Amino acid sequence: MLTPQLEVQLIAVIIAAACALPGVFLVLRRMAMLSDAISHTVLLGIVLAYLISNSLASPLLFVGTAAMGVITVWLVEMVSGSRLVREDAAIGLVFPALFSIAVLLISRYTGNIHLDTDSVLLGELAFAPFDRIELLGIDLPRALIFGGGALILNAILLALFYKELKLATFDPALAATLGFSPAIIHYGLMTSVSLTAVTAFDAVGSILVIALMVAPPATAYLLTDRLPRMIGLSVAIGVAAALSGYWVARWFDVSIAGAMATMAGIGFGAAWLFAPQRGIVAQALQHRSRRERFAVQMLTLHLLNHESTGDAAIECHPRHLIEELRWPPAFANAIVRRAEQSGLVRRQGDVLCLTEQGRALARDL
Amino acid sequence: MELFTDYTLRNVTLGSMLLGAISGLLGCFAVLRRQALLGDAMSHAALPGIALAFLLTGQRDPFTLLLGAAIAALVAALWLLAIVRTSRIKDDAALALILAVFFGFGLVLLSYVQRQPTAAQAGLKSFLFGQAAALVERDLWAMLAIGGPALALIAIFWPQVKLISFDPDVARSLGLPVRRFEVLLTGVLVAAIVIGLQTVGVVLMSAMLIAPAVAARQWTNRLETMVLLAAGFGALAAFIGAWISAQGERLATGPVIVLAMSALTAISLLIAPERGLLWRRWRLMRQWQIGNGE
Repeated sequence: MLTPQLEVQLIAVIIAAACALPGVFLVLRRMAMLSDAISHTVLLGIVLAYLISNSLASPLLFVGTAAMGVITVWLVEMVSGSRLVREDAAIGLVFPALFSIAVLLISRYTGNIHLDTDSVLLGELAFAPFDRIELLGIDLPRALIFGGGALILNAILLALFYKELKLATFDPALAATLGFSPAIIHYGLMTSVSLTAVTAFDAVGSILVIALMVAPPATAYLLTDRLPRMIGLSVAIGVAAALSGYWVARWFDVSIAGAMATMAGIGFGAAWLFAPQRGIVAQALQHRSRRERFAVQMLTLHLLNHESTGDAAIECHPRHLIEELRWPPAFANAIVRRAEQSGLVRRQGDVLCLTEQGRALARDL
Repeated sequence: MELFTDYTLRNVTLGSMLLGAISGLLGCFAVLRRQALLGDAMSHAALPGIALAFLLTGQRDPFTLLLGAAIAALVAALWLLAIVRTSRIKDDAALALILAVFFGFGLVLLSYVQRQPTAAQAGLKSFLFGQAAALVERDLWAMLAIGGPALALIAIFWPQVKLISFDPDVARSLGLPVRRFEVLLTGVLVAAIVIGLQTVGVVLMSAMLIAPAVAARQWTNRLETMVLLAAGFGALAAFIGAWISAQGERLATGPVIVLAMSALTAISLLIAPERGLLWRRWRLMRQWQIGNGE
């Protein structure tokens, strides 16, 4: 049997992977904030199902929460469809209202049983191994089975509808003309998000559900342009955030869910800064290299204009570049060095002159 | 009305109404500038600021904690704007990401604070859902001290703020420092959020910014009227919420206020003259009847 520690990590990894799969499409379809709305309103689904069935393990819970997720999306669309309210404001109207109802129902009717708003929002992964059920004769944590179920379901849905999802995401108009109903794909995705949210909810809390659905795909989106790679990377990043978060939380003895969200954020921050092509640093380097290339071209042009005239001795002196082209001295030196290194310019005494290669380049400009 | 005579109830009622009015008024600019959910993200992002302020100073007075909250929310907003400007991540993903990550970090800090042996940490968790019942007079003064300057800034720069809210492109072409005013408006939004944290909490704060503005928008096309109406709606919802929650046990003030505000908004969306859904339907029916010669 697994130790509780291993079980917690396994649960975290499975939930991270299960969240990353629909998350990729949420990010690409610009619906990430709906995950915020859904992860709050599933609480109402849980409460209503609990009040009806009086149990937190009944299958009604899944039906209720999945339905509540879809109802949330439908309400948001209805409010923004009235054209009186923009979509973002519609989200901000709908989910606090539903969430407030849930909070009031909890505090009024369910007393202090297992269901309290704190644990729903924050989750307590460390307790997950104590809540066990039997499956096929094996005694497993409930969160592990439910999370595994969500992962398998999401993977199957993705495999079945990959082409449709891809098309509807990148070219909705074409998808519609080919006969894929955008509404079915949209609501299918939202159902999958709600189901994933409710399974993950109990173990990791609703806020971490958002973090795991949005942060890994957003990070992957900075690293690749290809959808299959983005899906794979998202899962890998989610798993890495889950595991590193777990160990950070153990090390400092702090909230596991919070630490996982923090690690996911740190991962995103690192990609935002250092991603090979899209990172801030890479962009700055590209910008500098473009500027330098342009400056070298300017230099060759300048030399070409003056090389056969009488004032070449003055015009082609490096110090003159500083004055005429208004380059700072350090920059001028760097550009001259760069032009020399690439064999476009050479020094004759104090004066710069073009090589054959440099002259050809300048003429081409 | 014992709501205004009983000392505790008076603080709760006045505090909530103050919050409703200020956040309703300031929320108008967020909604008009299509940044409705920025408030949601920033209010979640305030949590680590509260915890850090407590960890660093060991104080639990509202000014210290709210200052920490304001700084964290502002950092989150600036990072968010930077992400959207410098990368291909769209604002919805950036909002959700910042919201969850900052909140998660806040939880980390809170769980760390809770292990500290000092007794003063009690009550930090009340910032999650707010605790209007715990409002004391000092909190009211803190609200005024933060909200007052924010309102004054809006009043001073009213013409510029108005133009930027409706048409930033025109404002830019007229030579207004739009960037600076955007930072100003974001800062003002932070002030509104910070005020509401103690009463309705980080989770429900966004409703207090968005709902009054949306409700007020339905009744008027003038910004002056809209902001005043939104302030009125916010205060009214807060009053109703405080009154209802005083009637029964276990009726947390924050959620009740949010529900009252949601009801006001729903009513506005339905019956407001010219724009309301029922109004439009009624007018269509009238036209149809007139068209049929009745």
